This record gives sequence, C-alpha cells and structure tokens, in this order.
Amino acid sequence: MTINPGSFINEAVKSIPPSGIRKFFDLVSQTEGVISLGVGEPDFVTPWHIREACYYSLEKGFTMYTSNYGMPELRKAISVYLQKYALEYNPLDEILITVGVSEGVDLALRALTSPGDEILIPDPSYVSYAPGAILAGGTPIPLSTYEKDEFKLTPEELEHKITSKSKVLILTFPNNPTGAIMTKEDLEKIAQLVEKYNLVVISDEIYSELTYEGKHYSFAALPGMWERTITLNGFSKAFAMTGWRIGYAAAPKEIISAMMKIHQFSILCAPIMGQKAALEALINGESEMKKMVHSFNQRRNLIVNGLRELGLDCFEPKGSFYAFPSIKKTGMTSEEFAEKLLLEEKVAVVPGNAFGESGEGFIRCCYAASVGNINEALERMGRFLNRL
Amino acid sequence: MRDLQKEILELLEKDSRLSKTQLAKMLNVTPEEVEQIIFELEQDNVILKYHTVINWEKQACPRVTALIEVNITPQREVGFDKIAERIYRFPQVKSVYLMSGSYDLCVIIEGETMHDISFFVAEKLAPLEHVNGTKTHFVMKRYKEDGVIFSGEEKDKRLVVSP
Ligand SMILES: Cc1ncc(COP(=O)(O)O)c(C=O)c1O
Repeated sequence: MTINPGSFINEAVKSIPPSGIRKFFDLVSQTEGVISLGVGEPDFVTPWHIREACYYSLEKGFTMYTSNYGMPELRKAISVYLQKYALEYNPLDEILITVGVSEGVDLALRALTSPGDEILIPDPSYVSYAPGAILAGGTPIPLSTYEKDEFKLTPEELEHKITSKSKVLILTFPNNPTGAIMTKEDLEKIAQLVEKYNLVVISDEIYSELTYEGKHYSFAALPGMWERTITLNGFSKAFAMTGWRIGYAAAPKEIISAMMKIHQFSILCAPIMGQKAALEALINGESEMKKMVHSFNQRRNLIVNGLRELGLDCFEPKGSFYAFPSIKKTGMTSEEFAEKLLLEEKVAVVPGNAFGESGEGFIRCCYAASVGNINEALERMGRFLNRL
Repeated sequence: MRDLQKEILELLEKDSRLSKTQLAKMLNVTPEEVEQIIFELEQDNVILKYHTVINWEKQACPRVTALIEVNITPQREVGFDKIAERIYRFPQVKSVYLMSGSYDLCVIIEGETMHDISFFVAEKLAPLEHVNGTKTHFVMKRYKEDGVIFSGEEKDKRLVVSP
C-alpha cells in the first residue's frame, strides 16, 4: 500500500490556498539585481539603543520564561502608552503580550469564533485574517473597499454583508496594502452597525504611529465600543522591530483571559529578549520613532508624486508605508503587470490581488526603501510603461 | 507650523546631491520654492559648502590627522578669537573649536605625513605668542566621521518580498 502523507492533513488547512505573496517571493528570489518595493517592513534597522538594551539584558542573565501575560513592566508601559489613543486598559489582566500581532490575530480569532461564524474582513487587507478565520472554524466574508472611497470601509458595504451568522468584524487601519486610514467620523458610522448587529471587533492597529495627516483614532475609544473590541498593536512597524516578534492584545479581561488560555498552552510566553527590547522602545524610543515616521513621509511624497508623474492613478495613502497605484489603464492584471515589470525592469512590487479580490488592478509599492532606490525604481517603471 | 527651511537643511545635510526637483517631490512643494529657500540659505551663509566624505585610506593615499590640544592666554578685548584666527588661517588646519575644560582650543589638522604635522606644531603653532602649551594626539583609525560609518553601510538584509 502506498501512503500519501498529504492525506493526513486536516480539511481546513487543505482548503487554504497557497499565499500569493509566497509565489511572487519565489519568482523575485530567482532574479538578480532586483530593486524591491515588495517588502512589508521598515528599511531601518532597530534603533541602536533598543538593540543595546537587549545586549544588556542578556548580560544580566534575563534568559527565562516570563509570566504568561508577558512582563509586568512591559504591560504597564503599554497601558500608559495606549492612553495616547484615549484607551484605558488594566495592565494586570487586560493586556497580553503576543508573538507579534500575527499571534494576536490568531488568538483573537480562535477565542471568538465558533463553527459557522462569519468573520467580516475588509478587502484588500493583510493576508493573515482570512486563513486565520478558516483555521478557527469560521467563514471569512470579504468587505470590498474601493479607491473612490479612499479605500475606507463604508457602512453601506458592511451592512450589505451582515447576515444572522456575522460575529466578528476585523478593522485594519491604517491599512496594508492600501495606506487607507479611518477617521473618528468614519469609525462612528461603523460603530453604529457594530452595536446594531451585536458584532465583536478585532482592530489591528499595528500602523497606528504611521499616519501622515492627523493622529490615529482607536476604535475602542468610541463610546460603547471598548467592551466589544480587541485592540491589537505591536512593535514591528513603528519601532522597526519586525524580527523581535513582539505585539500585544488589549481587551476586556473576559476576552483577554480566553486568549490567554490558548496562548499559555500554545506559546507559553513571548521571548524575554524581545520583551526587554520592546520595553526600551516604549520608554526611550519615541524620538527615534518620530524621525523614522518623518522620513517615511518624505518618501511617501516622493513615490506618490513620482507614480503620478508616470501617469498612474495613485490614491493618496495617509498611513502605513505603502502606495497602491492603479494599473488598470495598462489593461493588464496585477499579476501580469508585476511579473512583466520584474522580468523586464527588475523592479519588484506586490500584485494587489495577493491581498484580496478588491486589490485586483492595483500594485503595492512599499516606500520603506532608500531615496536612491525609489528614484531608480520609478525610472525603470517609467521605461516599462513607455514601452507598453 | 512647518519649518521648510529646517527640513531642507536636514535632507541636504544627509545628502547634498539631492536635486531641487527631488527635494520638491519629497516635501510636496514646488521646485521654485525649494530653489528660493536654498538661495536664501546660501546668501545668509547658513549653507556654507557642499562637501563629500571620503575614505582616503581606500584610495591608497592615506592622510595623517591629529587632534591638538592648545592652551592659550586670552587677550584683553578679543579673548580667544584673535589667536584662534591666527591658527585657523593655516590651510592644513581643518577645524578649530573653543573648548570648555582642561584646554582651550581643539585644533584638528591634516597632513600627508606625521612629519608634516610635527613640523607644523613645532614651527608654527607652539611658538605663537600667547600659546602656552600643546598636546598632539594622532588619529590611528577612523571608525565614523560626519555620521558616516567607515566600514560601509550595512546591506539591506530584508527578504525581497514579504506581506
Ligand atoms: C496589518 C498587519 N498586521 C499584522 C502584521 C504582522 O505583524 P507582526 O510582525 O507584529 O506579527 C502585519 C505585517 O505586515 C501587518 O501589515
């Protein structure tokens, strides 16, 4: 009898399609001399004082487990930090340190989803929500967002997709890949529906520091929303700490303790080295973080102006570090465009449909790249477009 | 309020080769505005010079650099300035700073050989009137200068594509 090891895999895992990003990654990796606007992380190395604090903690012998919730000092610092978004969480039992926001997304979905629940997810958006929903036994329901609405989630679209099975709404603004933000007024309209249909919200605010017009507004700060919101945030983007794998979830204690149950058995605790570094970031990292944001803003202007000069329609991204120009004019699909651009001019961008169907017709260009590389990439794209 | 002058200066300080159109795009203003601001900054001697950081050692034409501590007696009415001027006018002197602490002037000097420098100290600097003493420290290795690390910029280690 021949055994097919693949037959042992569970049906939910099997049903998840391979990642569009992964496919593209393989293609780019085989090409030499590529200028990449395809990354999803800052081009800064973690500020030295943060790295240095980690050395110090290792020297002092901090190499053990922490509390399941994470280091008390770090949770305390996070509770103080979140006050800047008018959020009050008790560091004792309303904050949980996770292995990146990635773990936070997984825990939140697993803690909230029962079989058959529908999980409402803005589309396009970051790639892990829909698979996370499926793995938790739920059904992902995309909520289309459109360039004409500045890629905001509209109450009309939300209400249109709500059914009796709707349970969780994911909010993820500032958005990856569109750069869209939601203002307090935009969120208020969503909150009315959340209340009306008794939804619970997972708000991924990992790009909260990276806004370029006005300050980020947290969904849980709206009246009545604190009780029904899990706020997720982390250190990867604002502090250039992607490799440290530290994020956190903040929510009412009943929800945090449910997430904790899963976390303590699957992860135990986030690595102490990362937690020590994250603490340093919160206590002393603000000024360097502000400088990085300032520099992202300059490059945002550069790339948006540059793409528009090339004749591409580019909606103005007000947050995160991505520009999301439309390539519909070229008549190509996002994948065709990205592949051809890579092969002919060696510029890597990510096809918009990797982030959901509504991303079709767009490409994601990350501007966390050097000014020189952005200029060179724009020049190559110009040549490419001229030949079409 | 937005301080456009400061933003331009900070960008040029890091890369003086950024063109006016580049700067304009990065700052979301017109090239004419940038041009005008730079013109004014140059007129006002805020921008003095656009210079290049060079690692001469790699070019196999090494230069010798020394930092000289100079103790001087300040003079009535002109204080340290007059004597500082007599020193900074020598072209081999790269920088001169008035210091707090145990000595008065910090003089940074560059020459082709160690001999050039000792000659300068012995023949020009030490004998100057009002100079009471000097202490010369030769630079053995450059790690970082003007914010630039000499071992070269670290390579981009990120994955080429990530979500
Ligand atoms: C919207 C969003 N959420 C979460 C993550 C994952 O972040 P972390 O590094 O904290 O796991 C990313 C990373 O690209 C993201 O863009």
